[in-house]
Amino acid sequence: MMNEVIQTSLARLQIMKAKALAALRKGENYELRTELNSEYKERRKEAVRRVIANMTVGKDVSGLFTDVLKNMHTDDLEIKKLIYLYLINYAKTQPDLVILAINTFVKDAEDSNPLLRALAIRTMGCLHVQEVLDYLCDPLRKCLADANPYVRKTAVMCVAKVYDLNRAVAEENGFVDAVRGALADSNAMVVANSVSALSEMSAMAGGRGDVWRLDTATVGTLLTAVNECAEWGQIAILEALAEYRPASEREAEGVCERVLARLQHANGSVVLTTVRLLLRYEQYVKRADLLAQFAKKMVPPLITLLASEPEIQYVALRNINLIPQRHPQLLSKEIRAFFCKYNDPIYVKYEKVDVLVRICSGSNVDALLNELKEYAKEVDVDFVRCAVQAIGRLTLRHEAAADKAVDVLVELLQLRADHVVQIAAVVLTRILRRYPRSQFAATVVQALCEHADCIREPDARAALVWALGEYSEHVAGAAGRLSGVADGLVEDDSGVQLALLGAVVKFFLKNPQQGQQLVVRVLKTATEKCANPDVRDRAYIYWRLLSADPAAAKTIALSERPPCRDDVPALPEPLLAELIAELGCVSSVLQKPARQFVYARTDRAGVPRGVAGANDCDDDDDDASAHPAAPGAAAIAADGEPELLIAL
Amino acid sequence: MASSVFLLDLKGKPLIARDYRGDIPLAAIDRFMPLLQEREDEEGTGLPVLTENGVTYLHLREKDVYLVALTRKNASAMTLLQFLHHLCKVLTEYFNALEEESIRDNFVIIYELLDEMMDYGVPQITEPKILQEYITQESHILEIMPRPPLAVTNAVSWRSEGIVYRKNEVFLDVVESINMLVSPTGAVLSSDIRGAIKMKVYLSGMPELRLGLNDKVMFESTGRTAKGKAVEMEDIRFHQCVRLSKFESDRTISFIPPDGEFELMTYRLNAQLKPLILCESVVESHRGRIEYMVKAKAQFKQRSTASGVEITVPVPSDADSPKFKTTVGSVKYVPERQAFVWKMKQFQGGKEALLRAHFGLPSIRDDDPERRPPIAVKFEIPYFTTSGIQVRYLKIVEKSGYQALPWVRYITKNGDYQLRMPDPSTSATSRLPPI
Repeated sequence: MMNEVIQTSLARLQIMKAKALAALRKGENYELRTELNSEYKERRKEAVRRVIANMTVGKDVSGLFTDVLKNMHTDDLEIKKLIYLYLINYAKTQPDLVILAINTFVKDAEDSNPLLRALAIRTMGCLHVQEVLDYLCDPLRKCLADANPYVRKTAVMCVAKVYDLNRAVAEENGFVDAVRGALADSNAMVVANSVSALSEMSAMAGGRGDVWRLDTATVGTLLTAVNECAEWGQIAILEALAEYRPASEREAEGVCERVLARLQHANGSVVLTTVRLLLRYEQYVKRADLLAQFAKKMVPPLITLLASEPEIQYVALRNINLIPQRHPQLLSKEIRAFFCKYNDPIYVKYEKVDVLVRICSGSNVDALLNELKEYAKEVDVDFVRCAVQAIGRLTLRHEAAADKAVDVLVELLQLRADHVVQIAAVVLTRILRRYPRSQFAATVVQALCEHADCIREPDARAALVWALGEYSEHVAGAAGRLSGVADGLVEDDSGVQLALLGAVVKFFLKNPQQGQQLVVRVLKTATEKCANPDVRDRAYIYWRLLSADPAAAKTIALSERPPCRDDVPALPEPLLAELIAELGCVSSVLQKPARQFVYARTDRAGVPRGVAGANDCDDDDDDASAHPAAPGAAAIAADGEPELLIAL
Repeated sequence: MASSVFLLDLKGKPLIARDYRGDIPLAAIDRFMPLLQEREDEEGTGLPVLTENGVTYLHLREKDVYLVALTRKNASAMTLLQFLHHLCKVLTEYFNALEEESIRDNFVIIYELLDEMMDYGVPQITEPKILQEYITQESHILEIMPRPPLAVTNAVSWRSEGIVYRKNEVFLDVVESINMLVSPTGAVLSSDIRGAIKMKVYLSGMPELRLGLNDKVMFESTGRTAKGKAVEMEDIRFHQCVRLSKFESDRTISFIPPDGEFELMTYRLNAQLKPLILCESVVESHRGRIEYMVKAKAQFKQRSTASGVEITVPVPSDADSPKFKTTVGSVKYVPERQAFVWKMKQFQGGKEALLRAHFGLPSIRDDDPERRPPIAVKFEIPYFTTSGIQVRYLKIVEKSGYQALPWVRYITKNGDYQLRMPDPSTSATSRLPPI
């Protein structure tokens, strides 16, 4: 009885609590409104803070626009800044009401304190409201000519904002000219911001140089300014200089020589932008000794970037990846700097392995193979695949490495760790396809047969079957093994089926006595029972070939095939040049041209073009860039498909 | 350049959202977390650069906070990530720690900082010392409101005028960290020295400093012969206060320092080094037990002594009932790190120390390959630099003409110092004597 009473009262209490909470939620804006209009200054201040806090977490407080604005005329800097922030977020939604704020802005822009003048100009530019523009012009004109460099550097940036909103206004009022003039400002930071603003406006105008074109005199000013401004300004100036086409060879050399010192800067972006400039200027500088000297100077700072935070390392590595495709030998001595640390994030490890394969030269291939062997013993399955794959790629590039690589891979097979065996088997047969007449063929085939019971995945089994057909003379009982695979033919993966067809035909041609029964059985099953049309077709072709002209069959099936090629993905030259010209940018990190992920805006709100855009971006992915994090992935798939068409 | 910058909690909810260009709707940030997780599932990695629907998300994580920059242009990824790191540093300097709680408590000032540090998506000023001069936690009345310090736009953007100290002093610490990767057989796979010259500057006014090192390139170019050893530094990087063009032309390091603590320069030497502390280990794994023998050797000069030596040896995750015996120092099993740690307060050059460890293993174990982390070594060797770098002089000139004392200290310590473990031998005959 008692319990029941308690239960019901508890339940009632809970309902009441829920109601109260709901009322509170509904009324939060109402309550804030009252507080914003409070007669006490402290309460109004607290209310403004709460409005901003709500705005940050995504609650809609746009309804409080007029109430917030009432507090704008204040002598409290904190409140002022918070209200400006509120305006930046909501001005677009209530453009007609923004006019109420203009007075305060205009007054602030004439304040005696430069901090306040700059704040007003900066914020007005961020409102993105056409209506504000008319009121912005006068204060902006004054601020562009302000005595204080802090105000000037803010004002030149504001011109870019105005230009974005309304080009005509920016040009007719002479603002763009004023920014061009500011390139000669006595203050380096104003110069740097003018460069940023002009580059932005130039890009908005389509980058054709209508807004701004560098000339020899300006380049001189910029080269002086780069020594004087802070790190971010240096980046802006270096980026602009990288875009410049020098008038003469002598000028190009001069620019390179004067920016070389930037390679010593602590900020990685200053370093990388300098490298970008140097690589771009390679087309203008003709003197070989200078080019070699510049290239050599780039190396140590690039290596030092590898000691940065992991995210910076990642971006650095993605960019370093491009450099050996232009300068194959440049980094080859630095191979040890790219060895993976145990605690590197996995995305850094992938990139390091990819770079390692690219920069390795014949002389240090042994050291790298030892290192890759260590990686192949790690626990992360994908990374192990990547490491074994890298051993394969390295071997396809450097014949001298083949013996050692085969030793390493056979040793890995002997570990009998499932994931290692699969990929090692595939890679070993690839090496055989590259060096078919090699002395280690016997070793490889025997090792594969020894661990045949562990070879499980379709790719790996297809590789084994291919090796059995190709090198049946090196193993005892090849017929028995092929026959074993033939037993499960119908259910097998089509890759294995195709491999088996090729293998039994080759085996039969080499050992007509032993192979006859097997080849008939396989061809019969394949043509009658296999569902895959490719497999059936291939089987018919072999069958007719064998019955029509055995001698021709022999020359075709057992002919010497072109060795398989080096499969380290290389970017096509125009794309490579484009990415190197954008070194450090998102495009060179993704290794995709910018047009694939930067869409033209459709409206001011900047809603992306949507799904359609995303799709065609995916479609024209080229292989090299499809999986930035797993360089191995694409090639594994390519491996899996045995090259039986060539085998014919 | 950046369109907006966000600070997010671990679930991806915005703590701070600052829109700089208005060309990406703020709601786009809601896609960040799903995108990151999707990629994590696919590739096992949370890449720092992600793209979707024309928006590029660049991020890094600090404790329980994500710092994210969004852009819809082909902006410089390197610049934006560097900016986020600088933002991280500034916020840490302001609030001692950058974590969710400190951000919630200080969101007002963080918005002020973001407003000052970036304009229209272009980084402006990120020097914490200077920002602290005019963006402070106390609120201001307009009349006494701070003005932007001259330093913000000056050529010397890192130091304000009018600093006064009663006693003018400079402390120089030359710290060399040894990065080393050693194979199970004791062969050095890669090694380098990362040096840093750190300064603590307590000087009045606008002092001009000039630092002289035994820099080989400089000696050669001036035709001077060094008395002792000269060091060839491979890659030198300077704090932005150092006049790079001056260094490029005649290798002098001249600068007006920031006030207080900062890192003047870092350098790298790619020397083939002998491991300063080498650990040779033998591991034997038998049914139900695993045994270790580790021999540590201090391979540096006898007159130096390493202090705070800590050798961390990984063991299987299911190891139990540890037994240890050492000739020097103490050993502790740390199950949560799956390792035992051998500590030696002092380890003199040329000496050797031996450790034996024995662990029980469950008799039934799965055959999955074990993770094989390397042995990690921590140490510090005071009054010693591996490279032999020396400060030859530090000249301090200020127009008021005061005398200032430079103090110099040298120290070598471990950087990323990893020694790979050998595979456990499983032979029936034990080579290790019982403990």
